Amino acid sequence: MKYDVIIIGSGLSGLAAGIRLAMFDKKVLIVEKHTVVGGLNSFYIRKHRTIDVGLHAMTNYAPKGARNTPLGKLLKQLRFSHDDFRLHEQEMSEIRFPDKCLRFTNDFDLLQQEVREQFPDAMDGFMKLVAKIESFDELSLTTSEWTSARDILSDYISNPVLIDMLFCPLMYYGNASERDMDFYQFVIMFKSIFMEGFAKPVGGMYYILNLMVDRYKSLGGELRMGVEVQSINSAKGVFESLTLAGGEHLQADAVISSMGRIETFKRCEPALVNEADESLAGQVSFMESLFALGREPKDLGYERSIVFFCTEDRFRYEVPTNLIDISSGVLCCPNNFKYPEPLSEGMIRLTNLASFGLWDALPRRDYIDAKKEWRTRALENLFTFFPDFRDSVVFLDSFTPKTILKYTGHLNGAVYGSPAKAKDGTTPVRNLFICGTDQGFLGIVGATLSGISMANLHILQKKVAPSA
Amino acid sequence: MTRDEVRQAVVSILADIAPDEDVSSIKDDVTLREQMDLDSMDFLDIVMELRKRFNVEVPESDYQQLVSMASCVQYLQPLLKDRQLAS
Repeated sequence: MKYDVIIIGSGLSGLAAGIRLAMFDKKVLIVEKHTVVGGLNSFYIRKHRTIDVGLHAMTNYAPKGARNTPLGKLLKQLRFSHDDFRLHEQEMSEIRFPDKCLRFTNDFDLLQQEVREQFPDAMDGFMKLVAKIESFDELSLTTSEWTSARDILSDYISNPVLIDMLFCPLMYYGNASERDMDFYQFVIMFKSIFMEGFAKPVGGMYYILNLMVDRYKSLGGELRMGVEVQSINSAKGVFESLTLAGGEHLQADAVISSMGRIETFKRCEPALVNEADESLAGQVSFMESLFALGREPKDLGYERSIVFFCTEDRFRYEVPTNLIDISSGVLCCPNNFKYPEPLSEGMIRLTNLASFGLWDALPRRDYIDAKKEWRTRALENLFTFFPDFRDSVVFLDSFTPKTILKYTGHLNGAVYGSPAKAKDGTTPVRNLFICGTDQGFLGIVGATLSGISMANLHILQKKVAPSA
Repeated sequence: MTRDEVRQAVVSILADIAPDEDVSSIKDDVTLREQMDLDSMDFLDIVMELRKRFNVEVPESDYQQLVSMASCVQYLQPLLKDRQLAS
């Protein structure tokens, strides 16, 4: 039994690649290590609640009929109708710093107006930056030199607070590097968050993932859960077989791996020593706490869909020297989206930068205590800026970089993968390809487009020479 | 297939690859790119659907023949004339 393509990982990129290939009658198998699909954007069920992980909101929102947008392309390529995704837009979000606040919606005009009012001196430079961003081809699959977004921004804007405020959401929602961003990634994030915007699907990740899995299976795609890849075996630079943890061997003409670039290279036999260097792995990870509330967040003074905040003068996006950095974070209120029906329960999610190394070094007993302690510290700092909601909490849970590693296999729990992206998806092994977060498209829509592009580029568009 | 049936086959492919489009109003002489914002990824899908449904290979050098509905029918009819519009 030989497959045309085996895909490693059933996150959005793997499922999307699977749908594309199955659509054109390829014999496809997706293998997933976990017992639940979704990877970095998944869900879990606890005490009758289905809770999203990863997804705060979908970026890249575009209305129905906007065909030449990332979302429009994704829908067409997977042959979904816009209505199938059941998306509802955000109400309003904001970036809140000690003395300044910038509000934004899915209408880019508001952000421009806010910059004009809050930073009148910087408006001219900001508009020139926007023009540069608009004309930039961020989706090119050719790899270019790393370009510092900080350097480019400082050419246009001299106010460091405005620069930090613009970086804050873009880094929190997709930056694998500490302190700075590659400019093309900055452009992807700027467009997807500020120019396109946020929406959420009714039913969350659970709904979207089921939609994708159903489509994949109805096209004849095969999905095996709880199956871990032990090694990716090649000879003379050509992939030959996969060995699973139980010893089973699987054969295919090609493999698309979404497990992460270094994570993939680590499993290659013979070893790809230079490529598998773990010092190149991403370091950026998060702690997230979620609070189910007995009341609507709005009744407690939380009116925004998403708030990116920093309680100190300067925003630092780096691995913290403590278990977490409480001085900045993201607050998400899933209730504050324009849903036709209110959600069954109030919910607030709080995300802070976290250090994988420090969490990983804790003994089990201390780990549980530390989660509680740092959740409390994060809340206490938050409540110096925002209303206290502790009296309304009916359920809470937290996860750390260790949890992310456990369920996704991404080294260091690095949710945005390695800073070194493989834009064209190729590897030293001729028929082994990378998709997903390490290919370089970001966010939910980006991850999905990554799977689509890699399946198109490397499998469907290929003039396939018959295998000997 | 008659010319009408070839047109119908192309309309059916377009309806599948762009579920949000109203394919009943496609104008034969206006480019598909213009009417439906089709990009190169979409043309790849048209070509692959033709292969899948009718076993017709459109070489890359002939992609420009698919630019409008009229040119699609013109180009495909000779290739599909012995086939039935079934399935």
